[in-house]
Amino acid sequence: MKQPQDAGGVLSGKVVSGNGLKWALVAAIDIALLYIITLMYAQGEIAFALVILLLGSIGTWVFTSEKAYNFRYVYPSLLGVILFVVFPLIYTVNIAFTNYSSTNLLPFERVKQIHLDKTYSSGEEKFALSLYQNNDAYQLELTNTRNHEESYTTQAFTVAQLPGTVSADSAIQAEGDKLAMRDIIQLRSDLRLLTVMLPDESKLVMTSLREFGAMAQLFSEGDNDSLINNQTGDVYHPDHETGFYVSQDGERMAPGFTVYIGWDNFVRVVSDPGIQGPFWKILGWTVTHATLTVMFTLIIGLLLACLVQWEPLKESAIYRVLLILPYAVPAFISILIFRGLFNQNFGEINLVLHNLFGIKPEWFTNEYLAKAMILIVNCWLGYPYMMILTMGLLKAIPEDLYEASAIDGANPLHNLRHITVPMIIKPLIPLLIASFAFNFNNFVLINLLTGGGPNLLDASTPAGATDILVSYTFRIAFGSYGQDFGLASAIAGFIFVIVGFIAWANLKATSKLQEQ
Amino acid sequence: MAMVQPRNLKYRVWAARLFLIAFLCLIMFPFLMIISVSFRAGNFATGSLIPTNPSLEHWAMAFGIPWERADGTLMQPTFPVLTWLWNSVKISVVTSTFILLLSTTGAYAFARLRFRFKQGLLQSMMILQMFPAVLALVAFHAIFDKLGNFVPWLGLNTHGAVTIAYLGGVTMNIWLIKGYFESIDNALEESAAIDGATPWQAFRHILLPLSVPILAVVFILAFIGIIGEYPVASVLLQDMDKLTLAVGANQFLNPQNYLWGDFAASAVLTGLPITIIFLIAQRYLVSGLTAGGVKG
Repeated sequence: MKQPQDAGGVLSGKVVSGNGLKWALVAAIDIALLYIITLMYAQGEIAFALVILLLGSIGTWVFTSEKAYNFRYVYPSLLGVILFVVFPLIYTVNIAFTNYSSTNLLPFERVKQIHLDKTYSSGEEKFALSLYQNNDAYQLELTNTRNHEESYTTQAFTVAQLPGTVSADSAIQAEGDKLAMRDIIQLRSDLRLLTVMLPDESKLVMTSLREFGAMAQLFSEGDNDSLINNQTGDVYHPDHETGFYVSQDGERMAPGFTVYIGWDNFVRVVSDPGIQGPFWKILGWTVTHATLTVMFTLIIGLLLACLVQWEPLKESAIYRVLLILPYAVPAFISILIFRGLFNQNFGEINLVLHNLFGIKPEWFTNEYLAKAMILIVNCWLGYPYMMILTMGLLKAIPEDLYEASAIDGANPLHNLRHITVPMIIKPLIPLLIASFAFNFNNFVLINLLTGGGPNLLDASTPAGATDILVSYTFRIAFGSYGQDFGLASAIAGFIFVIVGFIAWANLKATSKLQEQ
Repeated sequence: MAMVQPRNLKYRVWAARLFLIAFLCLIMFPFLMIISVSFRAGNFATGSLIPTNPSLEHWAMAFGIPWERADGTLMQPTFPVLTWLWNSVKISVVTSTFILLLSTTGAYAFARLRFRFKQGLLQSMMILQMFPAVLALVAFHAIFDKLGNFVPWLGLNTHGAVTIAYLGGVTMNIWLIKGYFESIDNALEESAAIDGATPWQAFRHILLPLSVPILAVVFILAFIGIIGEYPVASVLLQDMDKLTLAVGANQFLNPQNYLWGDFAASAVLTGLPITIIFLIAQRYLVSGLTAGGVKG
């Protein structure tokens, strides 16, 4: 009994010395987190600050309290799951209730500030410009067009500093060469980013190629966050329903801000014919594509697995290695290779088809050919996985079953139907569901091969004939036609439900299998 | 085992052999083509399988070396392929290491320790892992856009953001390692605990050394998964020299700027090492997956 106690004493000594380090580490992390939380709170990102505060304090508790000792091992990985899976999911659902999009990208305060920063040329003072260059540095000389005596020269600035403000004074002398008009024309886009500050703190910006003009605030702040246009006297009120500043005449002023709009995005998916039509079409194709892929790859994979495990075929080891190759090459490379091979004019596949049959199918512009191409490529990518799976399962079938059926005079087809398939189908089903789920969300395939095209014409959002739900969502969110994050998140919400159902079915199938 | 053999066995074997060879020709076609294309001058499909006048111009482009054509025009490399490869490898190694650290400790707790909500947490993690990252892309974009205001190396267009975003992939690995841990007899750790070892010591000195095979498998799986990841990287990364290989390779085949030959050389150059890693890892993967998988 004495020895273990001694060992325990030594160990507890170690633990105590380790504790100091642990406390220091926890304290350091907490201070860093508190700093970030304060920053976030100060900038109005209350949701982020709360999440970090909550997770940080749970973490501190877990790593300092003895009661939570067992959670120390789970917490880091749970933190990963919460931060990078759960939080984005909740955030997505949150975005689905907003009008977050390329026209309503910023929070209200920022948009208000953008409007308040807007300026217009008041036209009171105008200055003719001449530009001097000294190596990389430029200097502007501005002369008042009304009384030619009033003249200012800016400090030297470089193009790399722009956009920026440069102060000017009448005492400074310009150095270097005076540039000709055509050089100024070349530099005009850079010069437009320049603000010149005169000694009396008034600001000048470029108003035309030859002139700088005085600048004034376009808006001043009124009551209730309203903005008054100093030029026309119009009053703009923020509309928290649509997320825009609106004038009395109902004119909207861009950019808008992000507001909560309730169920509108979900209602749009269900009721807007320009979205609803493509949505059902795309859902149909998503399911068809996933089902057919699983079916074809299973058939090819099972057939090949049977063949390479057939004993009389002595050299089957070579076939096995070569057949797995498509699985070993990274998918993004294989898919792009096929995109090249199927190319209408430069692709090798059409070259071969043209030489043999005199045809050049339009793989990317014809809806049905594009779908066929996707299935062909996906079978090519997917059959090795099914082959590996079924090879493992086939090995588990007792040989004497086939022996007995051979004595009864059964042919291979009988064997397949009455022995092989019934024996492997049960363990296969959860794997098939998982494979279905994978292809249901096989974004990389669609996006790299066709990008969703050819496009559907009657859609009010960018939608293509070969788009599956995830690639459709992606295009709404990050497409080139303007970004609608809110709508994309609403559709993502619908997909969550479908994928959740598939996941649940898979879990059921797996646990049912384990009970048997 | 002596099977009852049908009389026409010889014909059947030859039929199977012919079928397999024909099938293999079909399967190998893309690989042979891409190698052939990478040695052809110009960006066209025309030409025989073995190039009539082979040229190394596309390979020079892939390695980032300027190439002088026969007619004297000097061609500059269009894309920094080797930088992309380096980015991919860097992100994959760093992320896989983090995933390994997170999932090993998590799996240990789920396999050996008792705590509340264990079953619930395991099941919900299983379901959560089915949601594709593509759906949360909008959220990732918005989150990292905002995070960049506070922590610059976690903003959009940084490798830090991509690495962090990939860490959500720990769940499947927790299941894998957990299954393997459960196949190791608990008695070893229990006897260590009786001798006074803390759970951490039992984990560090007894369980970990026994689990090296599955840890290698998880690392390789994570590595391969991240090398080939496209959607998250394509949204978070924008600058040409920050892209990963999966995003960058897509740039070659723009309809407006169709660089088929350059793509072919880059694809072989970058796909070959990954393929070789995969083929070597394959053996361990199969044994590791069967050891860790399909155990509740």
